[in-house]
Amino acid sequence: MSLDWQPKIVGFTCNWCSYAGADLAGTSRMSYPASVRIIRVPCSGRINPVFVIRAFQRGADGVLVAGCHPGDCHYSTGNMYARRRFLIARRFMEYLGMDPARLEIHWISASEGQKFQEVIKNMTDRIHAMGPNRKMREIL
Amino acid sequence: MIRVGVFVCWCGSNIAGTVDVGKVAEEAARIPGVVHVEQNKYTCSDPGQDSIRKAIKEHRLDRVVVAACSPRMHENTFRKCAASAGLNPYLVEMANIREHCSWVHSDMSVSTPKAVDIVRRAVAKVKRCVPLHPSTIPVEKRALVIGGGIAGIQAALDIAEAGYDVTVVEREPTIGGRMAQLDKTFPTLDCSSCILTPKMVDAASHPGIRILTYAEVEEISGYVGNFEVRVRKRARSVDEARCTACGICILKCPTSRDSEFNMGLGTRKAIYMPFPQAVPNKPTIDREICRHFTAGKCGICQKVCPSGAVDFSQEDQVLTEKFGAVVAATGATQFSVEVYGEYGYGRYPDVITGLELERLISSTGPTDGKIRRPSDGKIPKTVVFIKCVGSRDENKGYPYCSKACCMYTAKHAILLKEKIPSASAYVFYMDVRAGGKDYEEFYKRSQEMGTRYVRGRVSRIYPLDGKLIVQGEDTLLGERVEVEADLVVLAAAMVPQPDAPEMARKLGISYNQYGFFSEAHPKLRPVETNTAGVFLAGTCQGPKDIPETVAQASAAAAKVISLFAKSELSTNPNVASVDESLCSGCLWCSNVCPYKAIEEKIITERAGKETVTRTVASVNTGLCQGCGACTVACRDGAMNLLGFTNEQILAEVEALCL
Repeated sequence: MSLDWQPKIVGFTCNWCSYAGADLAGTSRMSYPASVRIIRVPCSGRINPVFVIRAFQRGADGVLVAGCHPGDCHYSTGNMYARRRFLIARRFMEYLGMDPARLEIHWISASEGQKFQEVIKNMTDRIHAMGPNRKMREIL
Repeated sequence: MIRVGVFVCWCGSNIAGTVDVGKVAEEAARIPGVVHVEQNKYTCSDPGQDSIRKAIKEHRLDRVVVAACSPRMHENTFRKCAASAGLNPYLVEMANIREHCSWVHSDMSVSTPKAVDIVRRAVAKVKRCVPLHPSTIPVEKRALVIGGGIAGIQAALDIAEAGYDVTVVEREPTIGGRMAQLDKTFPTLDCSSCILTPKMVDAASHPGIRILTYAEVEEISGYVGNFEVRVRKRARSVDEARCTACGICILKCPTSRDSEFNMGLGTRKAIYMPFPQAVPNKPTIDREICRHFTAGKCGICQKVCPSGAVDFSQEDQVLTEKFGAVVAATGATQFSVEVYGEYGYGRYPDVITGLELERLISSTGPTDGKIRRPSDGKIPKTVVFIKCVGSRDENKGYPYCSKACCMYTAKHAILLKEKIPSASAYVFYMDVRAGGKDYEEFYKRSQEMGTRYVRGRVSRIYPLDGKLIVQGEDTLLGERVEVEADLVVLAAAMVPQPDAPEMARKLGISYNQYGFFSEAHPKLRPVETNTAGVFLAGTCQGPKDIPETVAQASAAAAKVISLFAKSELSTNPNVASVDESLCSGCLWCSNVCPYKAIEEKIITERAGKETVTRTVASVNTGLCQGCGACTVACRDGAMNLLGFTNEQILAEVEALCL
């Protein structure tokens, strides 16, 4: 592992809260590591665990799932489903032999640019410490 | 053959400053399917959009990627631009290389490859876009205004003047809100009641406005143009139609409690009107303290009422109605100043808040407009004002500036001098913020009248021989200051209503870390929310003074009116769609749908030689809001979300993980 290795994190963010939170981090010029690549979905309830597994299969070192705070979903209940689904998805990852710690779920509201920044910083540090996700590449 | 055009924006130096745009364009040209790449200084500008239109025609582009700012900023702009060149607007995808890239990374060697990745993701997605067509839904041309303060009243009047019906829901027994409690308003010192009460009456008598007081919104469902709202109108225990507002019941009522309207400085009866000019001008029975309800006795009001209007058996009414738009004008409240133990509020009766002073100055207040200190009724000779109580203080209060306090403190100092010319006033302040038309002049006037402004914080207040000793520091002189005061007034910050988050959830809108409702864009869409059809007016969105509140209320009304001016609304075409050939008809999707948009449908089809009848899911595209929860619930993979299909998202994942 080279010193300047930068983890690759795929971030699934809901359009209304977390994507907007990431936008706010941008408008506020809050810098964070360039590790995350964001895929916008309407709601965290749209994020199929299959998408997450696929990201790991294709070599993502970490996956971030981010939505509105529980109770604040734009569609009222989407993030509740997401919460349950990803509790189970973590267990499924274990079953598949993947490290569930590579998947992180955070609630980031549209006004929490700073939280977005912190989440990316901390997550990058954690994934960095774990090292690259070689496992899936080796399996394939 | 798909022909993608990629337009990479410099955004002046916003993107080009930290991202090597040339390199991004070069890399984009190598992505399969991309046939044309262009750079623009400002793609959203007129010439920028022209170049997109031109390229669509010249290069026969059938997909467009704009690598620029957030889609929340300009997706609509570029969709319209594509549509004007004859391309379906849903064949445009944005690559956010500004908010998510150039603005958060300063090192070009990391931001440029990231920008390339982002463009690659957008190209992967756009290649799998299909033309979408919005459908139309009818608009219910009635507006709901939540909150009957000055913001709600102004918004209701403006909407009703345009010819649309408005319902105002106010939880207090009267409309008027905070402004009704004020004595005079800055910077003109005109009497608050004199400018507010005519508006209250106008609203009440307007044929297009219906006012529901003592009522609360319980639930809001539906979507823009078609909200369904449940309102609980609490039992007033007084028949409004019969009551003549003679007031005998109030005179005879034996029970009383602190008056909310007078900020606890006076009392009111169990059957009461908050203030004499209340609209509707009908009393309300407070069932919490009324003896008839607490002890089953009394009933005097019913006996003395000449028109038989008192009705103890009245019950809450629940109304469910349809509205096309909602204006949230739920206002703000005052910071709980008890947090500042050193100021002694609650322990020393002569330490009061600005709103309490407002009631003491008001001629309809508990002292009939004479400033008397609450402890002994004496006329104060020395008054100390402390600003920023709860605002601009991250430790005990909120970090934001409450905005109106500087000016209302200047107003209080002026009014004090007018009422008690021999009195002296001290103002402890951190900064004086007097931005606004005629505001600085007004502040200067308070200084010229002899108010002494002391820059610094107060560290302690304690009583001594009937006086309050105020200790603080003058940071400009670097000296300790001690003032023997008769009365201390705390300029308490404006804070969100305690139930603001609950209201935001009902409305389906977001709020900031303090609880103020969030506007769709802080500069360009200040009265809209991220939920179409819900607009904001007044202090529920952030601290404001009256002129700003009124301006915002009129702006919200204008938005409602322009929404109602259309006979039909086009809906978001990013809705769920069922592949009937895969659907097994389990209808798990309908269980998770928050909009009840999925129904079962019976289809008949040929299977070999036989004709079979089976159940499949069917999406009502008028109700579907496109959240996509159903797509994940679907076990067969039959449910998809147009614009965010499984294939698109998986392609994005693959593009990013290359």
